[in-house]
Amino acid sequence: MALRRLIITLAVIVPLVALLAYGFFRDPRYIPSPLVGRPAPTFSVKLFNGEKVNLADLRGKVVFINFWASWCPPCIAEAKELEATWQRLKDQGVVFLGIEIQDTEVNGRAFVDKFGLTYPNGADANGRIAIDYGVWGIPESFFIDPDGRIVYKHVGGIGAEILAAKAAEARERIMTTKEGKGDYQSIR
Amino acid sequence: MTASIGHVAIILGFALALWGIAAPILLHRTGNPTFLSSARTAILGQFVLVTIAASALIFGLVTTDFSIQYVAMNTTRATPIYYRVTGLWGALEGSLMLWEWLLIIFSGLVAWIYKDRHRETMPWVLMIFSIVSAFFLAVLAFASNPFQTISPVPLDGRGLNPLLEDANMMSHPPLLYTGFVGLTVPYAFAMAALIVGKINEDWIVTTRRWTITAWFFLTLGNLVGAWWSYHVLGWGGYWAWDPVENAAFMPWLPATAFLHSVQVQERRHMLKVWNLSLIIVAFSLTIFGTFLTRSGVLSSIHAFSNGPVGTIFLAFLAVILICSFGLLAYRADLLKGQPQLDSMVSRESTFLLNNVLLVSALFTIFLGTIFPLIAEAVTGKPVSVGAPYFNAATVPIFLALVFLMAVGPMIAWRRASLDNLKRNFLWPAVASLAAAMIVFIVAVRDFLPLLGVTLCAFVAATILYDTGLAVRARRRLAGEGVFRALGTLARRNQRRYGGLVVHLGIVLIALGIAGSMSYSVERQATLGRGETLAVANYKIRLEGLRAIEQPTHYRVEGVFDVSRDGRSIGELAPALKFFPNQQSPVGRAVHRSTFTEDLYLILSGFSELDKNRATLKVLVRPLVVWIWLGGAVIALGTLVAIWPVRKTSTVTVEQSAASELVAEG
Repeated sequence: MALRRLIITLAVIVPLVALLAYGFFRDPRYIPSPLVGRPAPTFSVKLFNGEKVNLADLRGKVVFINFWASWCPPCIAEAKELEATWQRLKDQGVVFLGIEIQDTEVNGRAFVDKFGLTYPNGADANGRIAIDYGVWGIPESFFIDPDGRIVYKHVGGIGAEILAAKAAEARERIMTTKEGKGDYQSIR
Repeated sequence: MTASIGHVAIILGFALALWGIAAPILLHRTGNPTFLSSARTAILGQFVLVTIAASALIFGLVTTDFSIQYVAMNTTRATPIYYRVTGLWGALEGSLMLWEWLLIIFSGLVAWIYKDRHRETMPWVLMIFSIVSAFFLAVLAFASNPFQTISPVPLDGRGLNPLLEDANMMSHPPLLYTGFVGLTVPYAFAMAALIVGKINEDWIVTTRRWTITAWFFLTLGNLVGAWWSYHVLGWGGYWAWDPVENAAFMPWLPATAFLHSVQVQERRHMLKVWNLSLIIVAFSLTIFGTFLTRSGVLSSIHAFSNGPVGTIFLAFLAVILICSFGLLAYRADLLKGQPQLDSMVSRESTFLLNNVLLVSALFTIFLGTIFPLIAEAVTGKPVSVGAPYFNAATVPIFLALVFLMAVGPMIAWRRASLDNLKRNFLWPAVASLAAAMIVFIVAVRDFLPLLGVTLCAFVAATILYDTGLAVRARRRLAGEGVFRALGTLARRNQRRYGGLVVHLGIVLIALGIAGSMSYSVERQATLGRGETLAVANYKIRLEGLRAIEQPTHYRVEGVFDVSRDGRSIGELAPALKFFPNQQSPVGRAVHRSTFTEDLYLILSGFSELDKNRATLKVLVRPLVVWIWLGGAVIALGTLVAIWPVRKTSTVTVEQSAASELVAEG
């Protein structure tokens, strides 16, 4: 009798503990980005140099969009790396586009000058672009393939290696549904 | 030096805890009474050592000894002294230290108070304490060492998470931990009773005050947590059904059920297995909560720390569940032969129903909390469960519980007669229906809030009516004044009147929740200087922005002039705080409370200072303040229930004072 009750007890407890243990093998923060695979929301942005860029005009090229702010530590950390990668990739049909958000234009220009950024950069004056792309933290980056589809999203600092690899994949129209993450954790 | 003292104290404490586990077993084997005193000494020794370790950590924090990693992570030179002390529970290692400290304080108190009592069970009670303490000390010594040193020593520390720099930080975690730890006492006595095989009502009677105390701290800990969330997190809410909140709330449900069902066992010797199960579940849930918070298996807005601690806590949880329920299953034969329910209309059945509902609420919340795990295990797709599920599933249960709060304390034991029902509930029912009519006419037209208000009124009316009758009877019998009579009643039947006051507190909380859940208004707008936003009866005008330098951060305040129904009620200044080590600003919402509603302002953003434009979110939340007042009433009720009073004569507990005195009169 006691043995039967013991078995019933174990039959309840063991699966429960196993389920909780299973939790160690998953990433609770993993949320598939609803944007990946969708056509990139179009926008036009006025660059710091006065030119205007329309995303629709860049169809046929791989576009790398990087949302940043001058006050954000990981943005500062990756600025030089982004510029170096831009120098390497700019002749391979890849367009970089830096979008400054949650910041002032004065700070933005100073940032671009300080790090000698030569790829197009402009401010998202009323915050519309960041909202369309569902930007939650800074930095966040997106790859758009030649057909104008978002194929990759990266949260946090991206690093030259992933940047180059994803640029090559985007050219082949290869999609990555799982969003990438930088080392830098935003709010802790 | 400080670090070495602390670490050595923890390791010695662990060794003593192991001895504390071995001694009762040796006592059982040899019958040599020195092993009993040595089990007690082991507890008191752990108390001394853990106090030394905790003091060492506090000393390190206060003197900003950055050679200790924990200190470097949780203080800076600029941190004010009180936040250095509260840094003790600012992160994982220190929180475990605090937990262990509280645990060993409770254990020491039990060992000291019951020095010459409960000779048979006491060794095993002390052993359970030593087992739990040994677990925490092992974690502190080997897995999550608060005295980990770093070299080279940093020049300054990183500092507390800015959200923790708040006055409630001082009270919320210790209150909650005291509640959690307090549940160890009834659990230990329950286990000891099972081990000895003497399963009567002794363990319940002995631990009654402890359980009420633990329940009280658990209640207050949750309420202060809600209050913190409400006024610090700056989103205008007090409860989000986040896994970590659920983890803190879940033990409260079986603990509440337990407080009620033990009365049935005391009175009618029923529900023995049930009560033992409840206390095992409640205690397990305190460990489960820490597992959930520290393992990172579920996504939460609270900061989770990953590491080996989650795995260790899960292993401990498994051991507790298997051993406790295993023991219960083994001993279940002793628990047979209970009396049956006499009638479905009786206090026993009401309490039973109350238990079923509380456990259903627990199950519902537990399921919702771990559902993302289940779903992903089964379908492979991540799912999140949010407030809509929890609200929809628990609101009906909680409403039913409010109804039972009116019935339970007044209905007769064994079998309620029609006369008993009529005498206790007729007038309160009439009064609450009248109240419902008035509320319906004046304001509330929706079903659920109206039902909530009616039930709350019903509970309040039954309590006031019953107490009123009892007071009248005392005035007639003893010629006492109203207050004197109330005092006599409360003193003669502390548990009953303490419980009724607690119920009134719960009613206030229920009203606050009903009002704020159902009738909140929310608006957001970007204002230029001098522009006005109108919300409900309020008009809010932006006066300008101002920037202030604070010791640890820089803050930008939006200054708003607020008027209600055209009358100015002053200035409110919500702020955004910019901490040097943080990527995004931390909001500092402000609110103005009245008995009818709260006005809550959140500064969501601002333009450059010179342009003076601010984005403002405004919430008007009715009745929120009653939630906090309810907490105060609960505190009062608990004091009434557990205040030590020397009794001149034995009074039968749980008499329905009103009905019996009225019958006499």
